Amino acid sequence: MTTPTPLLSVRGLTRDFGGIRAVDSFSFDVPEGSITGIIGPNGAGKTTVFNLITGVYRPTAGDILFKGEPIGGHRPDRIVRAGIARTFQNIRLFNRRSCLENVLTPLLQREKSNFFAALAGTPSARRTERSLREKAFDLLTSLGLDAFAPLQANTLPYGLQRKLEIARALATNPSLLLLDEPAAGMNPEETRSLARLIAEVREKFNVTILLIEHHMDLVMNICSPVIVINFGALLAEGTPDEVRANPDVVAAYLGKGRKGK
Amino acid sequence: MDYILSIVVLAGINMIAVLGLSIFTGFTGLFSLGHAAFVGVGAYTSAILTYYYYVPFPLALLAGSAAAGLVSLIIGIPTLRAKLRSDYFAIAILGFGEALRVILENLEITNGARGLPGIDSFTTLPIVIFCLGGGILVARNFLRSRWGAACIAIREDPIAAEMAGVRLFQTRLLSLVVSAVYCGLSGGLLAHFLSFIQPVMFTLIQSTQLLAAVIAGGMGSLSGPLIASFVFIALPEALRVAQIWRLVAYGLLLVLIMVYRPQGLMGYSEISSFFSKNRSRERMQP
Repeated sequence: MTTPTPLLSVRGLTRDFGGIRAVDSFSFDVPEGSITGIIGPNGAGKTTVFNLITGVYRPTAGDILFKGEPIGGHRPDRIVRAGIARTFQNIRLFNRRSCLENVLTPLLQREKSNFFAALAGTPSARRTERSLREKAFDLLTSLGLDAFAPLQANTLPYGLQRKLEIARALATNPSLLLLDEPAAGMNPEETRSLARLIAEVREKFNVTILLIEHHMDLVMNICSPVIVINFGALLAEGTPDEVRANPDVVAAYLGKGRKGK
Repeated sequence: MDYILSIVVLAGINMIAVLGLSIFTGFTGLFSLGHAAFVGVGAYTSAILTYYYYVPFPLALLAGSAAAGLVSLIIGIPTLRAKLRSDYFAIAILGFGEALRVILENLEITNGARGLPGIDSFTTLPIVIFCLGGGILVARNFLRSRWGAACIAIREDPIAAEMAGVRLFQTRLLSLVVSAVYCGLSGGLLAHFLSFIQPVMFTLIQSTQLLAAVIAGGMGSLSGPLIASFVFIALPEALRVAQIWRLVAYGLLLVLIMVYRPQGLMGYSEISSFFSKNRSRERMQP
């Protein structure tokens, strides 16, 4: 059996901060169409991996291949254009803009428009803007946020802000969506509805999803494969059941007994 | 009457420069204590063109604006790099403002510190109104375009902006150039209204006044800084009878705004939104 080329392939990824090696020759694949989960104890380097993939940090060593092309060390906006979008662990919305404008901003950036025509406000520039506004509104509608379109983003309740961040990420038209702890601060009920939303987003927008999460039930229910990282290095990889049964994973989370494993 | 007219024209000219700085500081979130230097570049370039070379006034205005834009590129390219914090730019432009004054004072063509007298007074109220009106329209269109949205995204959160596909360096640089062009235009109009310019008219004090109008008028607003700019020009003149006390009134006004309206007169909103709050809400929901 030949395995298809993965959408994202990380090879020997390493990142040092001063003398600390936050990510240590970390390798993993994200198969196309999957919901891949990254789990690991606090400070294991999960968010650093996201920051390396999205170009916020440069890798010290190692390769990141997206659709077979190396993207390691590229600028974030270039990586976004290549088709990777993300949300943030602590929500980063354009707080003082409306929900609609939050989604409109990435839509506008994808548009090839003429600078001077835009300054002059030509009819064609206005038409483009209007059609993008409608597109933004449709995107909000598909995530159930249409009623909040004119409201300032920071006035939304926490759960909806997370949803809006997903909507804004989808507006960049990604093929890979990175979610950094999407269920952080959510109760079990909200977490369940988030799991449904993530599965729905994958279907509707045809995206592959890579997510970091601490809510084990969410990861075990919707993610496969699951990747476990500890001290910046790969600890285990496999289906949820395989990972759950792995003694190293249990040790990393619960600590080792006195007699070892 | 002439006196009132000249105050209105001066206020209009100042409002054009404030419009530019509002795009840079109020909408892109970058601070500058040197934008008066761009006013100076526009003033000297256009004045030299009409004074020595008899270039038609509209062309000289355009050249002055373009020169200010070009000069802003020279400062912006090394200092607005994405990896540098925006503080570097603030310091660099502060130094540039002083350097420009020294350059202007030592050049032959600018007539040194004595200033350039006898510039033709081409600037009239209709011309200023035309430039200001056009400037407001262009600024509004700019802010609605992808570039304006990118500027505002950078002000709100540079990291999230990049992940929305915004090019950090190019967008900051564009915002600077646009704001410098506005200041250059303002300078050209100023030179041809006063018919006399000298280097001390474009220093830190004037830069501070521009920034004060933007902050007091409100970040993220066009109408607020315009109102503040008008008040800041008109108020000291109206209080001229009070002599030295007018500066106290000016300071008091700033303090009162800081205490009672810390977000500025119109922080993050426009005057038009007061009249159309309900209408705009309907428009948003097609």
